[in-house]
Amino acid sequence: MDQQKAEELVLIQGLINDHIGLEGPLLPLLHAIQSAFGHIPATAHAPIAEALNITRAELHGVISFYHDFRDKPAGVHVIKLCRAEACQAMGGAAMSDAILAKLGLDWHQTTRDGRVTIEPVYCLGLCACAPAAMVDGKLKGRVTAATILAEVGA
Amino acid sequence: MKVYVPRDAAARALGADAVADAFAKAGVRVIRNGSRGMVWLEPLVEIEEGGARRAYGSVTPADVAGILSGEVQSLGPVEDIPFFARQTRLTFARCGLIDPLDLAEYEAHGGLAGLRRALELGSEGILAEVKDSGLRGRGGAGFPTGIKWETVARAQADRKYIVCNADEGDSGTFADRMLMEGDPFSLIEGMVIAGIAVGATKGFVYIRSEYPDAIEVMYRVVEISRKNKILGHVLHSEHEFDIEIRVGAGAYVCGEETSLLNSLEGKRGVVRAKPPLPALEGFMGRPTVVNNVISLGTIPVILEKGAAHYAGFGLGRSKGTMPIQIAGNVARGGLFETAFGMPLGALVNEIAGGTATGRPVKAVQVGGPLGAYFAPEKFDTPFAYEEFDGQGGLIGHAGVVVFDESADMRAMARFAMEFCAVESCGKCTPCRIGAVRGVETIDRIAAGDASAVPLLVDLCETMKHGSLCALGGFTPYPVMSALTQFPEEFAGHREAAE
Repeated sequence: MDQQKAEELVLIQGLINDHIGLEGPLLPLLHAIQSAFGHIPATAHAPIAEALNITRAELHGVISFYHDFRDKPAGVHVIKLCRAEACQAMGGAAMSDAILAKLGLDWHQTTRDGRVTIEPVYCLGLCACAPAAMVDGKLKGRVTAATILAEVGA
Repeated sequence: MKVYVPRDAAARALGADAVADAFAKAGVRVIRNGSRGMVWLEPLVEIEEGGARRAYGSVTPADVAGILSGEVQSLGPVEDIPFFARQTRLTFARCGLIDPLDLAEYEAHGGLAGLRRALELGSEGILAEVKDSGLRGRGGAGFPTGIKWETVARAQADRKYIVCNADEGDSGTFADRMLMEGDPFSLIEGMVIAGIAVGATKGFVYIRSEYPDAIEVMYRVVEISRKNKILGHVLHSEHEFDIEIRVGAGAYVCGEETSLLNSLEGKRGVVRAKPPLPALEGFMGRPTVVNNVISLGTIPVILEKGAAHYAGFGLGRSKGTMPIQIAGNVARGGLFETAFGMPLGALVNEIAGGTATGRPVKAVQVGGPLGAYFAPEKFDTPFAYEEFDGQGGLIGHAGVVVFDESADMRAMARFAMEFCAVESCGKCTPCRIGAVRGVETIDRIAAGDASAVPLLVDLCETMKHGSLCALGGFTPYPVMSALTQFPEEFAGHREAAE
């Protein structure tokens, strides 16, 4: 465990060094850490706060403000369903309800087996081919509950 | 023979990658262009032979053999399709026409002509041209771009910035995304011209994370632009300018310019009180131009063709063209660039062809999640800033979202409040608390409590006048427009009767 934590810290410090020279480095740094670990591990808080000369409370304030940043890993598959108006106009709400019911989830939850996480998203810019979704980073237009569930094998 | 298969996110979301692969396997040269904006026909494939481009709509990999053998009927030249033929394309002239990453093709179609002219004109000349064009911020606020630039140009500072707001996350809008994916050099060129005009040496493009394809394209064109001296020493002149791409983190409020600046600095994306204006104290406290993608992307064509040419289009104080995004429940959804002034009803009924479901149109939301709903009674409103304002609405980023008769307007009003509650930055009370109370009040109305209706009106007044930014300040637009035009849906006895 300590060995793993030490390796994590080396990786985190490397990412901090890569970004510290930017004007306003925090968001790009957090994106880099999340892309390396799948979330922002608590181990990263102290070294980031120190490098940027901000308090850990301020850092927590930033991480928790943005919907994209997670403090624990997501499921194997991440489904983002658009809840915005254009998708609602094409039956998006009923589709989302069907998917949530089938998986037994509410928004932001992960199935107990860790396979699927569901998140709301407010516009993917696919409003003329609604309803839209993003599955594991891939954009999908004119989706149905069946096609989305098939994507994640559910 | 060349085949064009769009790499636009909407085309890809409808299967364009598999279609491109199928053409490549058949041994044809495939070019990944941007989108022509006729999203209902995506993936829209074009075959170029003997200088003419024939279009094929909604292509699947199974159609490829038939298209190549001539068995599948083409839609004819893409420019002859009525939806396209009725447009005036200035900002989007190259979008879908060229390979977005091909700088030579960009130049061959007028690219960099604006920048070259800007270098000849110098700061004062550019400012005059932009002011004369009448261009107003296309992100929604409609503030004159030339005045904003002049403020930054006149400010004294050791360093100034150009920030492109590519975080406009309004539902029903996708013009920013399409331009970045389909003609990204126009944005780079516009930012460089802005830099020369105001004396800024550094630019940022802050792109929302929901647009992964646009982010990838923008990273690549910045590299290409540096290699080809569009960035760096601008076209070997004495001007220096560089651009950095930044990615947002899923906060709608960061589309508000002061929130965006805080986010760019690495802080919570909370709104700043104005004054000071970002033009005087923006990024890192320095004078900063914050403009939307479409505003900056329109600058090159204004410089290329001249202010008078641009200002020759439009209606009243709404000069030039607007890329209108038609979406939601429509037969023909997509991007329609036209001079200001077309009546809303013509856009919905003639251009978009009514609803996709074939049922009557009930309401149209214009201007994103904070825009008002327009019932068909208001369809003769001309699409322009002052005209929409006069009807209690706003054109915002020019998103038009169509709903058929099945829409539940009370649910839509509730959703507007819920969205505001989810996305509020929390700095000001009317927005943070008001939105939560708004949801509760609409639920009370739904439960049959008629006395909650005046309370909702009062709450909307407070949010409108007491909020720091448009999120809390404009949420009353969808709510009040739904309430005043569809009062029967707020009568509350529907559930009671059931």
